[in-house]
Amino acid sequence: MNPELTKSGAGNAVRVKVFGVGKAGVAMLETMSQGDFAGAGFVAVSADAASLAASSALEKIHLETKMLRGLGTGGDPERGRELAEAHIAQFKTACVGMDAVFIVAGLGGGAGTGMAPVLARAAKEAGALVLAFVTLPFGCEGNRRQSQARAGLEQLQAAADGVICLPCEKITQLIDENMSLLDTFKTTTRLLLEGARGVWRLLAFKGLIPLHVADLFSLLRDRHAESCFAAVEAAGVTRAREAVEKLFAHPMIEGGAALTESEAVVVSIVGGPDLTLADINHVMDQIKAQSPRAQVLMGAVVDEKFRDHLALTVIATRRARREESPITTGRVAPLAPGDETPGFDTELLHRSATKKPASRGASPLSPPTIDPREQVLAQQTGKSVRARKTPSRSRQIPLPLEIVNKSRFDKTEATIHNGEDLDMPTYIRRGVALN
Amino acid sequence: MFNSPSIIVGLEIGTSKVCAVVGEVNDEGALNIVGLGQAASRGVRKGEIVDVPKAEDDVRAAIVEAEKMANVEIRSVYLGVTGAHIRGFNNRGVHPVVSADREISQDDMQDVIKNAKAINVPNDNTVLHAIRQHFLVDGQDGIADPVGMLGSRLEVDMHVVHGKFNRLQNAIRLVKGMQLEVDDVVFNGMASSLALLSNEQKEMGALVIDVGGGTTDYVVYVDGVVKHTGVIAVGGDHVSHDLAVGLKVPLSRAEQLKIEHGGTFVDDAVRGRVLPITNEVGLPFKEVNLEHLRRIMSLRLEEIFELVAQDVQKAGLLDYLRAGVFLCGGVARVPNFAQLAESVFELPVTVGKTNSISGLKSALDQPEFASAIGLVKFGSFKHRRRDVKASPVRGLKQIFTRILQRTNLI
Repeated sequence: MNPELTKSGAGNAVRVKVFGVGKAGVAMLETMSQGDFAGAGFVAVSADAASLAASSALEKIHLETKMLRGLGTGGDPERGRELAEAHIAQFKTACVGMDAVFIVAGLGGGAGTGMAPVLARAAKEAGALVLAFVTLPFGCEGNRRQSQARAGLEQLQAAADGVICLPCEKITQLIDENMSLLDTFKTTTRLLLEGARGVWRLLAFKGLIPLHVADLFSLLRDRHAESCFAAVEAAGVTRAREAVEKLFAHPMIEGGAALTESEAVVVSIVGGPDLTLADINHVMDQIKAQSPRAQVLMGAVVDEKFRDHLALTVIATRRARREESPITTGRVAPLAPGDETPGFDTELLHRSATKKPASRGASPLSPPTIDPREQVLAQQTGKSVRARKTPSRSRQIPLPLEIVNKSRFDKTEATIHNGEDLDMPTYIRRGVALN
Repeated sequence: MFNSPSIIVGLEIGTSKVCAVVGEVNDEGALNIVGLGQAASRGVRKGEIVDVPKAEDDVRAAIVEAEKMANVEIRSVYLGVTGAHIRGFNNRGVHPVVSADREISQDDMQDVIKNAKAINVPNDNTVLHAIRQHFLVDGQDGIADPVGMLGSRLEVDMHVVHGKFNRLQNAIRLVKGMQLEVDDVVFNGMASSLALLSNEQKEMGALVIDVGGGTTDYVVYVDGVVKHTGVIAVGGDHVSHDLAVGLKVPLSRAEQLKIEHGGTFVDDAVRGRVLPITNEVGLPFKEVNLEHLRRIMSLRLEEIFELVAQDVQKAGLLDYLRAGVFLCGGVARVPNFAQLAESVFELPVTVGKTNSISGLKSALDQPEFASAIGLVKFGSFKHRRRDVKASPVRGLKQIFTRILQRTNLI
């Protein structure tokens, strides 16, 4: 892996800056700055003077031209992009000397969608690792915003080292229908921050079992589209068991269903000096049992503050479904929508295409020059030349479902309830493992 | 007379058993259970008949046993039905009062009830029950009897339970083919609720869940009237099936394991325990993990409750169940079943006992006989109503005979 990076990671002094881009991004940054992100620098980036003025961030970058008359980008990502390109030097100076840059933005509007990819590129050129946490708009916000967000997401994916994306639609399934709009946005922010915090902890604290950052990023790359996070904490003697129980009870994890479907799972464990290997083992065994198809990455961190406590952050990502295939706009080429069947061929290909870690200074983890078209082509034609170079990576993946003979109910009408076949044993449908 | 009108028989052709209950209405109108016959059911899946000859045999066996026990000849039965096709919904019928003085007559009431029944039922469906909830006169709610009131617009809220005509007809045909009359067809869930609930409990609001072999039937009472009914085609059969799949044992063995070692919680007592099971000649055959058995069972049973809770929640009635939840059906015998329901519904839960009926203690205490007993109770209501409607000539006759009897006595 990257020697320079590991060194700085172990040195307990990772320099990180968090950029909030656009109105939603600045608002999220505000919440973030109140959380425990000690040691991180906060930068608010916006074209809208009003939202910048309200921010308490130390550093503010106000993108302004006369053309806009202080009214912001007006929901046009192209304008946001042009504006950001004009100020790219300013971004670079802000990113100089940083090990990692987090970009927080809400996609769909003008500023976040247009500027975030440019910022990501600038940060990378300045030599930092770039990880973006973005939200996709609610369905009710209209098709235009959705398609803008999709296009922005693709650009961001090409520019950043890793993107964690939270579709707000997913949130609507979690919240109470009577929840106020304000609370809904707060929930969204909180969920996104949980994910950010988990990664932050891995980067910022001394790693007991270090998680290779490059590994993390290559995992996140090309799989996003749908991620879910869960952060839970537990204390006491039985903390490991409690934490796992809480994790599976977490609404975003959907009782473990999200883990079962996911293809990549990142687990961050934070404990006090009394953290035992048994604790870690217990947690990991449960998660691994729940997500048989996923590649699981784990990092454990020891922090004095967490004595007798255990904090668990899980980021599970899966590929987008076909119906969500991105809408192409402008110069963006259609990106791999992911194969419908989660075969491991594509997974291998993906990894081989992206997993070309190089030294950070010289060239970024995955050069943005890789044409997405090429990837798609390689996937579809099954041209697995590069895949064969890494045979050690291939592993047998267990079949997702046992074939159940419905003998007792053969003659009857199937009991379908909300699209679920209730004749199938509950434990199989819920993915409860019986070892 | 062989079959005096005071004998009422309830017949339930269930997925796991066929059960006939004989009740007797005495002169005071009190119901007494005098006979019970049952047979293992082989021709029914998910509450519906799939194998007619086998079902016929089983019904015959149950009827014969009940006849022997009660020492009566059974001529007609109240037939319980269930199945995933049965649905309930609330409907409102409207009828303008056209008479000159705007007084609501008996005819107006009949008309509005007819209107409420007629609407919204699909073509090939037939109405099983239409239960009156409340009348509304000119928009004023909560009127029990509008006859004699003044108003221009009469409305009625009805709860209509309906099902597919052909599928209901299967059971009726089978019974009729055995030279038995069908007095009436009753939804099993409704019958169970009649057996289990007292009027106070109906008034307070209660949910009755009958978890049978093939289906789970449930009925919600609020303010003394039926507000919601439903069927989920999942029951004890599914539990056995899950166990057979999960523990890799034959279905019959799974059934036996369920009965002997079943439970709703994975407690410390079973954690890590294995159970040796033997084959038919008594040699050790394999070992079954008790913890897995419990986990498979608890997941399935919990899911059943969750599905019911979701449906009742969707109907907006979960907050009105002040009397709590009442369980019956064969699955209610699973240890700690009520505790599991409590954790899902967060309401007081009881495994229902058929009170307010006297008779065979052994039958009344069993949760699996609730619906068959309820059928008898349903019959007794009808019976009573018929007495009230008796012709005036017969009424006169009765008065005369009574006078005569009295003079004789004196």
